[in-house]
Amino acid sequence: MATIKAGETYGFFTDTSVCIGCKACEVACKEWNQLQGDSPSFLADSFDNTGSLDAQNWRHVKFIEHVPDQSSTAGNGAAWLMMSDVCKHCKHASCMEVCPTGAIIRTEFNTVFIQQDVCNGCRNCVAACPYGVIGMNQQTGTAHKCTLCYDRLQGGLEPACAKACPTQSIQFGPLAELQQAADVRVAALHSQGVTQAQLYGRDDKVYGGLNAFFLLMDKPETYGLPNAENATLPSRNDVGGYLTAAVTAVLAVIGGLVAFRRRGMG
Amino acid sequence: MTNHWRDIKNADLILINGANPAEAHPVGFQWFMRAKLDRGAKMIHADPRFTRTSAVADMYLRIRTGSDVAYFGGLINHVLQNNLFHDAYVRNYTNASFIVKQGYAFNDGLFSGYDPDKRTYNIATWSYESDSASGFARRDLTLQDPRSVFQLMKNHYSRYTPEVVSSITGIPVADFNKVADLVGQMGKPDKVMTIVYAVGLTHHTTGGQLIRSGAVLQLLLGNMGRPGGGMNAERGHANIQGNTDHAISWEILPGYLKIPAPGQKTIADYVAQSAPKKSDKNSWNFFGTNYSKFMVSTLKAWYGDAAKKDNEFAFDFVPKPASNASWMTIYDQALKGKMEGLLLSGMTAASIGPDSNQVQSALGKLKWLVIMDALPTTSSEFWRAPGVDASQIKTEVFMLPATHWIEKDGSFVNSGRWSQWKDQVLPPQGQSRHDHWILADLFQRVKKLYQAQGGKFPDPITSLTFNYKDPLKPELDEIAREINGKDLTTGKQMTSFANLKDDGTTTTGDWIYTGSYLDSGNLMKRRGGIQDPKTNDPTGMGFYPNWSWSWPLNRRVMYNRASADLDGKPWDPARPGITWDGSKWVGDVPDYPLTMNPHDPNAWLPFIMNGEGVGRLFSNGMVDGPFPEHYEPVESPVANPLHPNNSASPVAFLYDKAAGRPNRFGTPQEFPYIATSYRLTEHEHYVTQHVPHLVQLQPKPFVEIPYELASEKGIKSGDHVRVSSKRGKVEVLALVTKRLGPMTVAGQKVYQIGIPIHWGYIGLSAESDPSHGRYWLANALTPFVGDANARTPEFKAFLVNLEKM
Repeated sequence: MATIKAGETYGFFTDTSVCIGCKACEVACKEWNQLQGDSPSFLADSFDNTGSLDAQNWRHVKFIEHVPDQSSTAGNGAAWLMMSDVCKHCKHASCMEVCPTGAIIRTEFNTVFIQQDVCNGCRNCVAACPYGVIGMNQQTGTAHKCTLCYDRLQGGLEPACAKACPTQSIQFGPLAELQQAADVRVAALHSQGVTQAQLYGRDDKVYGGLNAFFLLMDKPETYGLPNAENATLPSRNDVGGYLTAAVTAVLAVIGGLVAFRRRGMG
Repeated sequence: MTNHWRDIKNADLILINGANPAEAHPVGFQWFMRAKLDRGAKMIHADPRFTRTSAVADMYLRIRTGSDVAYFGGLINHVLQNNLFHDAYVRNYTNASFIVKQGYAFNDGLFSGYDPDKRTYNIATWSYESDSASGFARRDLTLQDPRSVFQLMKNHYSRYTPEVVSSITGIPVADFNKVADLVGQMGKPDKVMTIVYAVGLTHHTTGGQLIRSGAVLQLLLGNMGRPGGGMNAERGHANIQGNTDHAISWEILPGYLKIPAPGQKTIADYVAQSAPKKSDKNSWNFFGTNYSKFMVSTLKAWYGDAAKKDNEFAFDFVPKPASNASWMTIYDQALKGKMEGLLLSGMTAASIGPDSNQVQSALGKLKWLVIMDALPTTSSEFWRAPGVDASQIKTEVFMLPATHWIEKDGSFVNSGRWSQWKDQVLPPQGQSRHDHWILADLFQRVKKLYQAQGGKFPDPITSLTFNYKDPLKPELDEIAREINGKDLTTGKQMTSFANLKDDGTTTTGDWIYTGSYLDSGNLMKRRGGIQDPKTNDPTGMGFYPNWSWSWPLNRRVMYNRASADLDGKPWDPARPGITWDGSKWVGDVPDYPLTMNPHDPNAWLPFIMNGEGVGRLFSNGMVDGPFPEHYEPVESPVANPLHPNNSASPVAFLYDKAAGRPNRFGTPQEFPYIATSYRLTEHEHYVTQHVPHLVQLQPKPFVEIPYELASEKGIKSGDHVRVSSKRGKVEVLALVTKRLGPMTVAGQKVYQIGIPIHWGYIGLSAESDPSHGRYWLANALTPFVGDANARTPEFKAFLVNLEKM
């Protein structure tokens, strides 16, 4: 891997079509970032016992069983979906937008990072993140999520999860290179007849584009991801609200004027 | 593996049977994915469960556990009936042309020579007609002789039609035919297929034959010895290959030399009964020819000056066991009260089964039990397991804290036979000692006792060489050097086993490792890898000869003479193994004399280790048949559709019956469901029950239940269920899934239930559970019976009942 340089945009390309659900990414992340993990609990949900991304889980492999009833089938990454989920490091990051203290910043690698010494634990970002990525650490009282291994990048090392991934399902690198690789991969799958393969967050339709984007083997909703129609910043969600408020205000003024006028007429 | 991990990237088609590499070998699995992504290879996974391997395979086939001989047999039949075999390879590189003795026969599931009282075969008829003039085997290179291996084999497998295969395996005919079409293309010289397997094939009463059936298919397709081909065993943990090479199994000495047998008085007796015999004039019979050199050099390493020509190099110091001493036999003996003590190292007998309850009774009949381990195990704590009254256990248990592998240096030998040296990462904790230091200390104490008190036969102990700087603390580096062996005349390290002698002037601790540690240093430490592929992998085939060291002689693909045609040209120029350049063989380290001209009429045949010089489609090396045949597991819901009168293996050894104990096999009426046991990617055996991060990933014991069966029984994921067999029960959680499902076998609907093995009454999961893991041992269910050849237990196919609790 080429030298990691400040000023360049880095990210992950997670190709779910080659994920084997080994969870090495989950463990490597915890080992490097010294996360204890949550107390063990059997979730009775396929092979997933992590449940969700939170303050202790910065990588989470989702397992979605769509195995058909017949006894022979093509797996090919489409029948038992496995997806190593992670913070998307959105271009339009909802968490950054709502953070009142400026704790959430964009680093010199163009990744989204929560500064622990600035975070005041208000939880606005937890509520704002459309992907449920951020969690509160009970010990520190601050918000935590994937740092894209900020410390490793500063030391010239790729993130722990990508390093540990045995099938290159998780690829790390300069975003432009990853996007190219993803285009090649999705074209190859399409040419093999795997037409449902699609890129998620590769372009700007989802939160302006994701630094950590995905190749999915089904539609985003299947993985619990907002589709392009819904993937907008909280402030844009507020546009309707603002409009209603404005209309209400205008009506109120008009109503008031009418009332005054009537009073005047009386 | 005949090949190696990286080589899987060279395959066009990957058949995976009895294995789940994505979960059990996720790192090695990268090469499966490279084959798929970079060259469009197809991956076909036949397994009782749709696993994380199936998830990325091109084709998944739900196969009934233990029926893979029928699957491969059907493919063999397809290849033979449609002339899809690699013709030149089969004629010249296999024993297809050999004529089999009159008297060999196969009827109603029995091969000739069966003795029903002893449940064994006399294999006298399983051999070749010999030519009266030469004494060698008669051959018919036209393959037309009805007594030729080829014709007998064609006849044998003609019963394995797609319909019969479907009836046995449960794979629908149409799906089987799709596989057959793909496999049938792999006999072309420019195509190559690999077969990958693991303990899913070995853990059966027919385990040896399950593997052989794959090997026979590979020989017919001309895929043995070639990059991208082979018959590739994925081994169970980081060093199980090293364990086997260094004779962890009772029936071998280091380097797969046979254990001496009673009645053998001399090296000559031993070699006569152990070594392969030359059966063709062009067969080098390298192993057979050199057997005595390997054995004498081994004895010289063990007994030094005490091993002399006039005492047969101390051959009488070596035990000649009159009976089987495999894993189950040990616990059978303990159960009979015939064993006083047991030392366990690097494994826990109470969990690894089979029939854990019976094994725990066996441990309770010992006078003493020594556990050498870094952490508590179900064996070190069996006497106070939940439900056990410790006051009733008389066994004295000693726990000797041993170092973890991370606390010592030494070698790991991977599935691909690479011996890779590693460093000590952490210093040993507390008072722990290395296993080999514990054994060295014990040995010195026993030796002192023999020296002081004499005893019946002290020589094998008192004469054993132990030339280490500190005899209580041998270094692994010293042992590695000793294993390589040396020339006693010059004092130099041996460079090749080809130079070993049987006159007492050379030593080796394990002849297949000769060449690994030279005077120039330890080749297992080499790391010439992908930092410079041009230099380190000049052929591009992924041999990386400067990375660590691979036995034998740093060869990366075994039998590689078969990768080239009769002229010495690679079958596929794009994937060369070795090539004759006019004066020598180039490419991989040749499995052949370096300068032997293939056009020389006296040139050796390609499989130099066999007496025949060719690959064996028909073999008398197995005790249960020269051709692989489908037998039902000992516990099966159906009678064998091929021969219901001889349904299960007629030669599987029945321990309980032989010992006069009650029968412990269940019937389908009491136990209607097939069960199979396996590992998950999140855990390694039982030891990771002590690792919090991994316990979080798979925190509780569970069984995987087919959705349809669960619906019938009203079971939902997360419910408590009881799974019971004739031998015991587990009480765990249910995980209901469509990844398992019903199948039709012999016209009957059957279900398979999946049972991960990782839990017991020791570790974080058990500590946090109210039951303390009382009924969590998966092997409480498995039967005490094994493969007729290796006595490997039948962990992978047995009958159970299922109840909601």
